[in-house]
Amino acid sequence: MLEVRNLTKIYDGDVLALDDVSFSVNQGEFLACIGLSGSGKSTLLRCINRLVEPTAGKIIWNGIDLTEASQDEMRRIRRKMGMVFQHFNLVSRSKVIINVLAGRLGYVNPAMSVLNRFPKSDVELALKQLERVGIANQAYKRADELSGGQQQRVGIARAMIQEPEMILADEPVASLDPVLAHSIMQYLEQINKEDGVMVICSLHFLDLVHRYADRAIALNEGKLMFDGTPEEIDDAKFKEIYGKEAERVG
Amino acid sequence: MKKQRSLLRSIGVGLSVVVVIVVFAYGFKVTKVNLKETRSEQRLVVLTRILRALAHPDIITYEQEEVNIEVPIYLPCPEEIITLPEPDKTGPYLVTDVACAASKEFILVEGYSFEPGSKGPINFIALSGAKIQLDNFETDANGYFQVSVQMPTRQPVVEVQHLRATARVPVGGPQFTDTAKITWAKIVETVFLALLATTFGTLLAVPVSFFAARNLMSDVKSSLASVALTIIGWPFGILIAFLANRWISELSTPLSANIGINVGGVIISPVIAYALARWALPQEELETPKVPMRIARILTLMVSAICIIFLLQLLASLLLSVGQMLIQPLGPVGFLGNFVSQVGEIVQIATPIILALAGGGFVGSFLSTYGQNLSDRLSDSYIKGINLFFAAAAGALLFMLVGAGINWFYQINDPVKIYLWPGAVGAVLGLLLAIRTAPKDALPIGTTLYFVMRTILNATRSVEPLVMVIVFVVWVGIGPFAGSLALALHTIAALSKLYSEQVESILPGPLEAIKATGANRLQTIVYAVVPQIIPPYISFTMYRWDINVRMSTIIGFAGGGGIGFLLQQNINLLDYRSASAQMLAIAIVVASMDYISSTLRERFV
Ligand SMILES: Nc1ncnc2c1ncn2[C@@H]1O[C@H](COP(=O)(O)OP(=O)(O)O)[C@@H](O)[C@H]1O
Ligand SMILES: [Mg+2]
Repeated sequence: MLEVRNLTKIYDGDVLALDDVSFSVNQGEFLACIGLSGSGKSTLLRCINRLVEPTAGKIIWNGIDLTEASQDEMRRIRRKMGMVFQHFNLVSRSKVIINVLAGRLGYVNPAMSVLNRFPKSDVELALKQLERVGIANQAYKRADELSGGQQQRVGIARAMIQEPEMILADEPVASLDPVLAHSIMQYLEQINKEDGVMVICSLHFLDLVHRYADRAIALNEGKLMFDGTPEEIDDAKFKEIYGKEAERVG
Repeated sequence: MKKQRSLLRSIGVGLSVVVVIVVFAYGFKVTKVNLKETRSEQRLVVLTRILRALAHPDIITYEQEEVNIEVPIYLPCPEEIITLPEPDKTGPYLVTDVACAASKEFILVEGYSFEPGSKGPINFIALSGAKIQLDNFETDANGYFQVSVQMPTRQPVVEVQHLRATARVPVGGPQFTDTAKITWAKIVETVFLALLATTFGTLLAVPVSFFAARNLMSDVKSSLASVALTIIGWPFGILIAFLANRWISELSTPLSANIGINVGGVIISPVIAYALARWALPQEELETPKVPMRIARILTLMVSAICIIFLLQLLASLLLSVGQMLIQPLGPVGFLGNFVSQVGEIVQIATPIILALAGGGFVGSFLSTYGQNLSDRLSDSYIKGINLFFAAAAGALLFMLVGAGINWFYQINDPVKIYLWPGAVGAVLGLLLAIRTAPKDALPIGTTLYFVMRTILNATRSVEPLVMVIVFVVWVGIGPFAGSLALALHTIAALSKLYSEQVESILPGPLEAIKATGANRLQTIVYAVVPQIIPPYISFTMYRWDINVRMSTIIGFAGGGGIGFLLQQNINLLDYRSASAQMLAIAIVVASMDYISSTLRERFV
């Protein structure tokens, strides 16, 4: 159970990116987060794992207030939060398997990992995760030799090897074409339904929201405009979220 | 209105032209531009001589056989008629068309039966034995030559004098001159000087560059208590490390006297250290361990560290003695033995430094974590008190250390001035800082460190290696070692700057992704930063290698060893043919190293 209370983020230079946002996510839920670009979706996701420091508000996860956690505690907590990015954020010159194993860095002995040594069990786990997303045969290629869809699957494998209880996905399919988008979304759905992992996913296309999300929230200029099931987003709501000129496509 | 403005403009242009002319005129004056000098006849003669010498680098000689043949001549002609004796025609001989001549008169000299292809000077040998060169000759295929020479201007002498032809015949193949041999030796020295400076400079510049990269440092923030405790922790850690080192070396010195025990210690201590470290640093851990467990681990790690210190000390003495023993039996490759013992020396010198850094770092970061934990846990009013106390202590300590440093330079030796006053000032500044910062504020300690680092690097970089080497020459004496140290230091400063700019331009995405997995700072650097910076690091290292090769060829001018030393000597001795050989060598080395590194760069980057 994740509870976000009165979350506010003001960036240096007085950019109000999140304005008093409150919502909660249940265990095992698939939450979609929608909004125009610049509405604060990425900021919201990064506040949850504190890659971005919130200015005010509370984020309570399993009874722990993340905004109060020390840097060291936060490192331990982040191990249980996998993150998937729009631009995959793989280390392009490293091998695929190393990119996946990087997901174990929070668990392994730092001294050994710095020497590029991982426990055998982790290597096996990495191969298993790659197999799950269907690219086990690419494990020893360099990450930048893979296509975009394959790279995002590596990104998912990296998040999954953390054995997370929550996945934060920041527009995971925005740089992929629609066919690939569905296959990536299906992996996220599978993780959510089979493993019971909570997924918070920012999305651009409403049809993806309808198809995959249990619930949706919407942001506009940092304010929470909507919190409900995808079916509740009617034309009026849509205009409220996206502005008067917006035209519904798909 | 418009006219007035254009008038003002013209005046402005005119004035700037005048200013430019004056500036350049002054420039000519201070640089003593003197074109007349370039055309003076005397200078041109000297220039020609030097250029010709430079065009004949002293590299190759032939071993030569010399034959001196003389013919009598009278200068000037005596009163009575004279006839010259018939020359001995069994060997080479000279014939002149006249038996006597006046000063400045031309006479014909012919040589017969010389070695074909031999050449040399024709000298006039005065009665006193003085030698005056008149001309050169070269024999044809029959060993014959014919030269018309002008008699020198001499005081009249009644007795017979001589003309001498010195015929030189090369025997055997071409040989390198002594100059060529010593030039080669010095070129090798030069290249290795550049190699060592580049290697050690690069090794140290890599870690330094991370501290000088803004994107890595800007989010390093600590609470005031943590910063203050770190400042207090470092000197104590260094002190503890020194004491530990001394204590262990008292134990290890008697052991290292026996080589068997020494070897045994070198083998056993790392095994123990590894086993202990393996236990204390488990492979994977899901939960934070309990306090007694953590204490047990810290103690184990300390024992492991003692084993490592023990190992380093034993290793140093082992390498030293084994290296010394090897020099004799290895014969021509005895330098390998010397290398081994020098490595021992390096280990011996580096051990206390590594220990000091490790000790300071360990105690510093331990106290830093402790301070951060305090700040995270305690309530604001407690933290305020803690901050006040530790900030004052840290400020006092820091300023006292600075005072001690100043005392070392200026020898003030007055404890009130060097400890009490700075301590008081530091404590007050610390208090002020603690009063001004809110209890839980995170101080931008990374950014501060970044600016300090940048300043040090920029200052170091702005001192030319040719100037640095002067200090090192005083310290370690004239020679290539001083040169390598100076070049290495400049390399660290210059490369750290270039490297850190590369770190600043990496993609932030992977950094963010690795951080999001719960990796610590070091892991983030190794997994997200290092892979991205390898290609630019290689290319900058090669670029620096080129610079170091160039630099090492002239660092000898300031006493830094290598070929520059030799070149400067020969220029001062006006030995331009030798100097030319060295210039040629420099050109070849620089060009070929340039070529090699550009080929490598194409292949790897
Ligand atoms: N690091 C930053 N510094 C300053 N402003 C930022 C930063 N990151 C994002 N912003 C601003 O915050 C707002 C929200 O951005 P973001 O969270 O990226 O929105 P979204 O992901 O919905 O496109 C935007 O106005 C953006 O310009
Ligand atoms: Mg975004």
